[in-house]
Amino acid sequence: MKDIPVEKNLVDLFFRRTLYGFAVLAFLLLGGLFVFLIDLGLPAFKEVGLGNLMSLEWNPPLKSFGILPFIYGTLVSSLLALVFSTPISVAAALFLTEIAPRRIGAVFGFLVEMLAAIPSVVYGLWGLFVVIPWLRTSVEPFLRKSLGFIPLFSGPIYGVGMLAAGLILAIMITPTITAICKEVFGAVPRPLKEGVLALGSTRSEMLWIGVVSSSRSGILGGMILGLSRALGETMAVTMVIGNTAEISMSLFAPHQTMASAVASEVAEATGVHLSALGVVGLVLLLISGCLFLFLRWSLRKGGYSR
Amino acid sequence: MMTPSPALLEVKGLKAYVESTEILHGIDLGVSRQEVVAFIGPSGCGKSTFLRCLNRLHEETPGGRAEGRVSLEGQDIYASGTDPVRIRRRIGMVFQKPNPFPSMSIFENVASGLRLNRIAKGVELEARVEAALREAALWNEVKDKLDASGMSLSGGQQQRLCIARALAVKPPVLLMDEPTSALDPVSTAKIEELVIQLKKETTILMVTHNMQQAARISDRTAFFLYGDLVEYGPTTKVFTTPSDRRTEEYITGRFG
Ligand SMILES: Nc1ncnc2c1ncn2[C@@H]1O[C@H](COP(=O)(O)OP(=O)(O)OP(=O)(O)O)[C@@H](O)[C@H]1O
Ligand SMILES: [Mg+2]
Repeated sequence: MKDIPVEKNLVDLFFRRTLYGFAVLAFLLLGGLFVFLIDLGLPAFKEVGLGNLMSLEWNPPLKSFGILPFIYGTLVSSLLALVFSTPISVAAALFLTEIAPRRIGAVFGFLVEMLAAIPSVVYGLWGLFVVIPWLRTSVEPFLRKSLGFIPLFSGPIYGVGMLAAGLILAIMITPTITAICKEVFGAVPRPLKEGVLALGSTRSEMLWIGVVSSSRSGILGGMILGLSRALGETMAVTMVIGNTAEISMSLFAPHQTMASAVASEVAEATGVHLSALGVVGLVLLLISGCLFLFLRWSLRKGGYSR
Repeated sequence: MMTPSPALLEVKGLKAYVESTEILHGIDLGVSRQEVVAFIGPSGCGKSTFLRCLNRLHEETPGGRAEGRVSLEGQDIYASGTDPVRIRRRIGMVFQKPNPFPSMSIFENVASGLRLNRIAKGVELEARVEAALREAALWNEVKDKLDASGMSLSGGQQQRLCIARALAVKPPVLLMDEPTSALDPVSTAKIEELVIQLKKETTILMVTHNMQQAARISDRTAFFLYGDLVEYGPTTKVFTTPSDRRTEEYITGRFG
């Protein structure tokens, strides 16, 4: 074995050390974040107890710190967003990759990506002044009249509320899901599509069998990525959800999410109240973390060979 | 000579293009029922393109286009207003690389054509799937795991699965593009045997680079060269006393 020239060796060593350092730093940051949130939330556990924290009532002046309404608000608004956004995203991605002429596909693809660059406060403003009046005067009255027997569509109408939050979130996560779907649809091999066509399928049958259903795990990955964006979204939701810590079956009713609760109350909170908000942050982090792990797992499991 | 031809498939002046490149320069060829026709010729001379023109799949190639007449049972499949979907329902195709549908089970793969064309359902569907798998000599290997993914099979099994999928709808014509090129000798032998069996009901057009295979299983052989059909006749004649010098050179390996 010949010696490697010393200077090359040193550079190599320096690089590896540096990269190692960054990896450790990332790990420390994550750990530090956890420690910080646990430290912040611990007093709430000690003073009011788990029973109080896991209750349905959030009323800081009365020392009630139940965070379930926030968890409910976050999960339901995010799922609602997913329900609205997924079909639109899948259809948009199909259109962009399979149907639109190349030029038009490129232009529309660009526009969809632009949606992701709009600051969320702008979505909030638009939601407040355009979407909410429309919901209050047209959509929600119509839904209540035709489907009011379902608890989801009953109760008083305010405009602000769960439905508004779900809609705004749906628009915000559509670029994410569309981008992932475009990617997976574009990767469907031509021979697979031709195989479906050769069996005598129509174009739409081919798109369904050859493209959409053979991309199921990829679509799921896009949905989870969109969901994790929706869970953490704060500003736009704060502006349209109504900021009311309640659990109501009605989609018309105002609610509150975890992110939005922390953002809107942290400035005035002190003592146990502040600590309880720390617990909210911790739960949000745990939920997002679990979702991320599930995403990695599902992508690995879904790595089917074609 | 204007005797009424018994041809199942009649090709007249078929030209194929990709963008502005002419790939096939006017092919004339007829195929009768219950025949196996082998297509041989060097790589890139247009054999795959020719087969893909017969079920109108060539037009799915970006920039792909065909001209000329191809009549199937007397009907011109390129006549304006003809829906390629209807044509493809009567002409099955097996590709060079097995392409089972990744989201479907073994059973669903074979059933897919029957479901798409609403040919059968329920008990009849199950019976047709089993029959197709038996025909493709795959039934014994998969009968206990019909719900497993088609992708879980070996390459040779996947190819027989694709053959079963094509056979399930009982097409009068089956196009096979080098179906055994990626397979081991045992799987190849099974598929060759299958082709000979199938001949009773189905007309088979098969591209192959294997001269022995062409000689073993085909009734007629077509030799393609640079987008032209150089020679077409009974296999024994093409292989023993070809009328074109280039055919002889190719078959004896002295080509190029
Ligand atoms: N998608 C395409 N774009 C451009 N040219 C193509 C395309 N597909 C085929 N061709 C051209 O058409 C010609 C014939 O191709 P084809 O695949 O029909 O040949 P082949 O006889 O089947 O060859 P092989 O034996 O290698 O399969 C080739 O010269 C090839 O370059
Ligand atoms: Mg070929």
